[in-house]
Amino acid sequence: MDIPYTTTARPDTGLWNAKIGIWLFLASEVMLFGGLFSAYVFLRLDALPGYWPHGLLNVPVGTMNTAILIGSSVTVVLAWAALKMRQFNRYKIYMGITILCGIIFLAVKLAYEWPDKFQHFGAYIRQDRLEKYEEYLGNHHMLERGLEPRVEITGHLHNHDALHDPNIHEYEVQLDQVNAAPTDPASDRPHFWPLPKSQKIAVIEKADVEHAEMFVPKHNTFFATYFTITGLHGLHVLGGVIVFTYFWLPIGANLYKRNPEHLANRVEVAGLFWHFVDLVWIFVFPLFYLL
Amino acid sequence: MDVSTDLVSHHHAGHHPHQHDSGHDHHELGWWRKYVFSTDHKVIGIQYLITGLIFLLLGFTLMMLMRWQLAFPGRSLPLIGNLLERAVGPGAMPDGRMTPDFYNSLGAMHGTIMIFLGIVPVAFAAFGNFVVPLQIGAPDMTFPKINMASYWAFFVGGIVMLVSFFVPGGAAKGGWTSYTPLSVITDKGGIHHWFFNGQTLWLVGFILLITSSLLGAVNFITTIIQLRAKGLTWMRLPFFVWAQLVTAFLLLLAFPPLEAAIVMQLMDRIGATSFFMPTGLVVNGAAVAISGGGSPILWQHLFWFLGHPEVYVLILPGMGIVAEIIANNTRKPLWGYKSLVFAALVLGFLSFIVWAHHMWLTGMGSVVSAFFQTTTLIISIPSVIILSAFFISLWGGSIRFNTPMLFATAFLPMFGIGGLTGIPLSFNSADLYLHDTYYVIAHFHYIVAPGTIFALFAGIYYWFPKATGRRMNEFWGKVHFWPSLICMNVIFLPMFLQGMLSMHRRWYDGGQGWNIANEKVWGLSGFQWNVPISAAAWVMGLAQIPFIINFFWSIKRGEKVNDNPWQATTLEWAAPSPPPHGNFAVTPVAHRGPYEYSLPGRERDFTMQNEPIRDSDREAYAAAAAAHH
Repeated sequence: MDIPYTTTARPDTGLWNAKIGIWLFLASEVMLFGGLFSAYVFLRLDALPGYWPHGLLNVPVGTMNTAILIGSSVTVVLAWAALKMRQFNRYKIYMGITILCGIIFLAVKLAYEWPDKFQHFGAYIRQDRLEKYEEYLGNHHMLERGLEPRVEITGHLHNHDALHDPNIHEYEVQLDQVNAAPTDPASDRPHFWPLPKSQKIAVIEKADVEHAEMFVPKHNTFFATYFTITGLHGLHVLGGVIVFTYFWLPIGANLYKRNPEHLANRVEVAGLFWHFVDLVWIFVFPLFYLL
Repeated sequence: MDVSTDLVSHHHAGHHPHQHDSGHDHHELGWWRKYVFSTDHKVIGIQYLITGLIFLLLGFTLMMLMRWQLAFPGRSLPLIGNLLERAVGPGAMPDGRMTPDFYNSLGAMHGTIMIFLGIVPVAFAAFGNFVVPLQIGAPDMTFPKINMASYWAFFVGGIVMLVSFFVPGGAAKGGWTSYTPLSVITDKGGIHHWFFNGQTLWLVGFILLITSSLLGAVNFITTIIQLRAKGLTWMRLPFFVWAQLVTAFLLLLAFPPLEAAIVMQLMDRIGATSFFMPTGLVVNGAAVAISGGGSPILWQHLFWFLGHPEVYVLILPGMGIVAEIIANNTRKPLWGYKSLVFAALVLGFLSFIVWAHHMWLTGMGSVVSAFFQTTTLIISIPSVIILSAFFISLWGGSIRFNTPMLFATAFLPMFGIGGLTGIPLSFNSADLYLHDTYYVIAHFHYIVAPGTIFALFAGIYYWFPKATGRRMNEFWGKVHFWPSLICMNVIFLPMFLQGMLSMHRRWYDGGQGWNIANEKVWGLSGFQWNVPISAAAWVMGLAQIPFIINFFWSIKRGEKVNDNPWQATTLEWAAPSPPPHGNFAVTPVAHRGPYEYSLPGRERDFTMQNEPIRDSDREAYAAAAAAHH
């Protein structure tokens, strides 16, 4: 028994089955990420003044990853077009580039961006102790400028044991530039190029701290949302890479010899998914890195 | 085209024992591939049906246990109590007495199992899988392997839910809605494993169930769009197919936001994030070590964004089944076919914008409340259209009251009661009083229990001959029906009273400790009403025994029938019973609408969709058109 319209279009709908299937699947994916992005909106609107951080992510690296992902969306179309023109070798090249782009994207995310955050520390100062740390927070300056107050001191944690050892009573933090020179107008806004850490070290008493943690998901709702969305997005990238690799290696690519159109259709469907993954990133990048 | 070649295939069935010839796979599949890891939509449908029915029985059993505690709080459960103590541990049933935690587990899992492991799999996946491809004249679903994956994701999800009863601390206790922050702080520390605990397994199980329904929904919609038989235009589709199409869209689009919420709740539980955890949360007198900044209400929004469309996922397939059976047994066309189709579409659309009426008590403000009250009232319009069309369809018919029709007929008033009692809940002023009382329990159970479940029974009795070639026993079907109908009402009608006496739906002692429920109604206080209700629940349990025996007995011993025993018109009855792999001996072509019963000028009172148009039909259509103008 054969299922009709697996490779040829049904005359009245003009579509073959998998093309409808993938669009439906993507509609559901929109709702999945829509749910997560609506959580982002909800949590951000609910955040108390100063509690939604800015400028903690590496914008140039994010920009590079954006370019890589968009580039791979172009090459996957070229791979599909090569199949349509029955140029198998060109297909192999373009698909190879697409797979490579996906792997680079994941590598940058998992081997550089995430671990870099895990090494970064931040301490939220209790509301009634903010004044004590005015030299790092510069809230008088912020008030003058009409900006949201700063409630967190960030940097590199020198005494890492302090996180878990109740006998250590303070955090020694090598400050980020923003806390080292809080009244410098240059610190008012996030920078495109990340500034190097200052040499200044601040001692923060645990008794003054509301909540302190490395930049891991539980650090605050910003990082919770960031890691969850980029993690889920990363899984989608991984899924795409696996499927593309299957179509690229002989095990999947040999379909070309039996039915080249069928392989082209498969690449088209997987390519649509890839574009969607790309599109999600187009939302992730400004929402987390820029805004 | 000659009628005889195009007509019901049972004319050919006797002469062609090898109907696989219409397909290309001549090799016989092994037992595992044929009955277990099958890609055949009919086998998958039956797998879903049997698994789903087992879960329905299990979910009902949990409730029968709870009814003991409600009727006789704190008393040791005779006979079964000791067995349960051994099965789920003395922490849950010491000396056969139910602990509050175990009662909460039973309540949460009753809801979860009934809805997501019972009704959705049976109503959508089982009937949709078995019937839809046959009704549209397709050889199978568009993606048979994905179809198989869908079933197995569901199966594993169900197993995960079941396993959660036996992990330290027992199954999830946060209600089927798993409201945060309670569901995040529960089942943690002490004897609880960080991963293998009730609430975490509930979340993991849910991800598998959502995956399953996503795969199913994509498959159903694509199949209905792509694999309709030649001539089967949209307005010739049986209403059942429309109902399943709308249901599939609801599952496709409403479930993912819940999946997002579940991922976030998993993060909150395992990664200690604060998506749903507010700033300054204090538990048992101690501040919780979290960042805070989250929103418990966010969970409710995402949950009910699924939760409300889910209500229509539960009811639409049931309406579809009832439509088929009413048309078949009144022997006349379904009244208002087009209105039904458009009502179902409108229902599907509106169900996405009413969700916050589950959240009147969250203080969302009068503007938002006004919006959701308005949409909630509007959505009752398509529901009423559908129900009215069914009632009018009965008018003037010479009705055959066989078992499917009894269940289908009972569906109408039962669903009606459930729907009408929802109207007071849709006004937030009335809901302030009724919220979380037994009134709410009675309201939605009238819709899903004597409503949807009766429709499912109707469907099982109706399509059983198609799946097996045999009919279920009529006498035992009636023995199943009448006690079930009576018990359903004895169970749920008094609950309206209990609710109006302010009995809270989550009271562990059935209201014994609250004077508020002591006002007497018809000689019994709110609490005392628990005894007749519980008794009816247990009798209803017994009333399912004839069904179970009838079901399995009839597979081998039931009365043998031809391919179209109900003299029905839709295409599934043109296939042999049971249909072989690939379904149709001759690919059907549709020439007419789905419900051409009692067409004037015909020698039989039913004209199948694949019977070509004759001159007498044209005259009949012209006469009918003239009568309308």
